Amino acid sequence: MTLLDSWWDLRDLGHAVAAFLEWLGDRGVPSWLPYLVSTLVGLMALLLWALLSQLFFIWAERRLLARIQVRLGPNRAGPFGLLQPVADALKVLSKEMITPRGADKVLFWLAPIGVVVPAIVALGVIPFGQRMVLADLNVGLLFIVAVSSTATLFVFLAGWGSANKYSLLGAMRSVAMLISYEVVQVLALLAVAVFVGSIRLGDIVSWQGRYNTWLIFLQPLGLLGFLIASSVEVNRTPSDIAEAESEIVAGYHTEYGGIRWGMFQMAEYIAGFVVAATVAVLWLGGWTLWGLEEWVPGWLIFLIKLYGVFFLFIWLRGTLPRLRIDQLMGFAWKFLLPLMLLNVLLAGLEMVVWKETEAPAEVVLPIWAVGNIAIGVGLVVGWALLMGHLRPRNRPARSLLVREVGQIYYRPLEEV
Amino acid sequence: MEVGLEHFLVIGALLFGIGLLLSLSKRNLIGVLMGIELMFNGANVTLVAFARFLEGAEALAGQVLVVFAITIAAAEAAVALAIAMALYRRRQTVDVDRADILRG
Amino acid sequence: MTGVGEVAAFWILATITVGSAVVVALVRDLVRAVVALVGSFLGVAGLFILLSAEFLAVVQVLIYAGAISILMVFAIALTPRSARDNAETAMRWLALALALAMVGLLIAVATVTEWGPQAKEGFQETASAIGEALLNRYVLPFEVASVLLLAAMLGAVVMVRED
Repeated sequence: MTLLDSWWDLRDLGHAVAAFLEWLGDRGVPSWLPYLVSTLVGLMALLLWALLSQLFFIWAERRLLARIQVRLGPNRAGPFGLLQPVADALKVLSKEMITPRGADKVLFWLAPIGVVVPAIVALGVIPFGQRMVLADLNVGLLFIVAVSSTATLFVFLAGWGSANKYSLLGAMRSVAMLISYEVVQVLALLAVAVFVGSIRLGDIVSWQGRYNTWLIFLQPLGLLGFLIASSVEVNRTPSDIAEAESEIVAGYHTEYGGIRWGMFQMAEYIAGFVVAATVAVLWLGGWTLWGLEEWVPGWLIFLIKLYGVFFLFIWLRGTLPRLRIDQLMGFAWKFLLPLMLLNVLLAGLEMVVWKETEAPAEVVLPIWAVGNIAIGVGLVVGWALLMGHLRPRNRPARSLLVREVGQIYYRPLEEV
Repeated sequence: MEVGLEHFLVIGALLFGIGLLLSLSKRNLIGVLMGIELMFNGANVTLVAFARFLEGAEALAGQVLVVFAITIAAAEAAVALAIAMALYRRRQTVDVDRADILRG
Repeated sequence: MTGVGEVAAFWILATITVGSAVVVALVRDLVRAVVALVGSFLGVAGLFILLSAEFLAVVQVLIYAGAISILMVFAIALTPRSARDNAETAMRWLALALALAMVGLLIAVATVTEWGPQAKEGFQETASAIGEALLNRYVLPFEVASVLLLAAMLGAVVMVRED
């Protein structure tokens, strides 16, 4: 992409910020001030974008779910119900905040904040355009994983501090689930890192630009694992057993109301955006679109990809029923984890072969794309047959965790 | 004002001291474990500070050592918490003062 | 390190790190102690960034703040009856004296010793250099560490297993 370094080049809003900082530097301000200003500007922009997207997606999700379930959805406030999220936000803001009598007040107050902050911090390394990134860390991928993992603790604290057994059950389930799927998530990301040879998000995008491909073709299995693991991590419906209304009221945020509950919802949406952005950067080529980024602003392409991935989550929510906790845990450890390990091994082997034979990328990459897709489909189908249909009673009938966490105890059929 | 090696060494020493205090004085096995983790952290800060400030033949040796230290800390935490749970299961307590017999 | 930002960041992070560690020692509720401990871990991660060890900082957040703290709250939640209290033993004054002596000794060593020539510039990028070092020069410790992790995992599973 040929970039003009002038501030009015709207294909990359980073220029405007850079020009503004240069202007500030010319005025003779102390050297640390531009850093502070750029950080604040970036943070404000990210927050504004995240909140606006959230408002839009609250509406879009309800309308789309309604469409999937053959209902109408919110259509009273404003045209097509577009003002519904605004009304919701006003309601949430004006509600009374209640703290239960037995609650641990410090933890109860801290948990909603601690859940939102990591999601926002993780946005800081997402490249929206070539220069539209708050901090292009050279450990960006690991940073997202690390920062997101700290939210788990606060989910637990929310359940613990509420002094409510359903909250605690939801929190225990959620922690068990999150740490299991985090392993899968990291292994899926590791395969990408092996392929690209860097965990800086900018490098990953430019690698895909250089070879004119997207990693979705080279790493379909990794994308599958990451999508499933992430939809669990952000607690969306096929796997929202942490807040399953029909089982444990609303899980860890049962006792929360008003804006504190709003914080949990915000964390869920922003974490969802982070995951969608990660998928868009890693597997869908980020802000590039085979040359179109010359004409269309890169951040627009990126946002379309991001919203497309988020739409996929909504679709999943509308389509799939909720899983049971033992099914979900078994799925992580027995199905996804071996597949992801094999995927990492495969990626490593392929990189070694590429480096040793020194074949040109145009020959090697298509072969692997075809090979990886074939292997991926074969592994998924084979594993599903082995684990599922051929042995229908193969399920964790007596797992310790399930009993500790509080699920119904299913005895194997032979014992009945 | 300048921040140098000594500042970081003092932070490391303070963390190590607080960790030592915790691990010596706490009654609860998990509290003791927290003290040990703080001691690990103090040592890690010291190692990274040396790697950053001292001009040596191997610049990154300190950081590599910290990678191993963190790995071992993770393994140690898992085993220690497993001990805590096993102890609780047999004796209904995680008080280290009351875990004083050598048989289950 | 002489820049305004670096010095300010150092003092803020130092306060967070040591202050949270003191809170861990003082607070009686174990779950609150874990929260304070996480504050201390995050402060240490910030200090790592200040020492231009960005890879270690991220690993610190991932392992300590993300994993070990979760392990601890899990252990607290699964040992319900006697696990809430974080009281001291009878030996606490002796322990305090010992810890103070240790801190005094360490600080004395840190300030009295001549540490020799000091580098002014930090590292540029350490992630790839650490990766290279782990798989070349330190490959034996690396493999031993992986065996250790496996052994720890199996040991933990065997210990908490009910039969």
